[in-house]
Amino acid sequence: MARMKFLCDAERCIECNGCVTACKNENDVPWGVNRRRVVTVNDGVIGAEKSISVACMHCSDAPCMAVCPVDCFYRTDDGVVLHDKDLCIGCGYCFYACPFGAPQFPQAGAFGMRGKMDKCTFCSGGPEPDRSEAEFKKYGRNRLAEGKLPLCAEMCSTKALLGGDGDVIADIYRERVTRRGKAPEVWGWGTAYGPGKQQPAAGGKS
Amino acid sequence: MKPLVAAALLAAVALGVSACGEAEQVVVYKQGKYQGKPDSKPWDNAPLAYGHATWKKGDKASWENEVNTRTLGQNEYRRIYNQ
Repeated sequence: MARMKFLCDAERCIECNGCVTACKNENDVPWGVNRRRVVTVNDGVIGAEKSISVACMHCSDAPCMAVCPVDCFYRTDDGVVLHDKDLCIGCGYCFYACPFGAPQFPQAGAFGMRGKMDKCTFCSGGPEPDRSEAEFKKYGRNRLAEGKLPLCAEMCSTKALLGGDGDVIADIYRERVTRRGKAPEVWGWGTAYGPGKQQPAAGGKS
Repeated sequence: MKPLVAAALLAAVALGVSACGEAEQVVVYKQGKYQGKPDSKPWDNAPLAYGHATWKKGDKASWENEVNTRTLGQNEYRRIYNQ
């Protein structure tokens, strides 16, 4: 069974923000909402600067699902965490629960009121007819239903961001680490998918 | 009269002591159940007419095969060196 995962290789990410732009464009994400963003640590420090692309990690035991008071979250058969915007009340609990800051809230109406939550869907839409106009307007493009993968990962120029079945991308990463001989740790993997679960085998010197 | 007073006293003491009990104050959260609309499966769609995808509609295994093949396209070692 496929378990869709993202994997970001901090050794390769060059902070080009191509993934952010691709996501914005493919899903027609409104102004002020960032389903994906690039975070850089030790900015400007030679040798210590690392960038990572962050979005919903589609956790195996998702905290957002656990705290949602209206139970609008569900996990698809292929392991993608999605939600029903018709049910969401925009309370923001999921934002506080998420370790990755994935849930986003558009400003709606006066007094800075929160709109319904919006987040990365792994380019697989939501609970509307697949590839329909309604699905696109509410959740964005459904690329999985087209046999494609999330655009952010597919168009990443350095292939720092990998997306797809956890086993397959773990194999890709394992081969990469073995070849370059360093940096086997995967950012966010343990947090999202639990320690010891499909963690790529350690390889290389570092 | 005396036994009645004694019983009342005993009841009052029991009631007072019961306030010292340690009731569980941590809420045990239960996993909720999805309340929204049902969603369809990605493999229940036919491949796009203009695309290269060739999975069979409704066949999960062929869809997974299609997506996994596409995922391997992200491995530039195989994409470049093995061709």
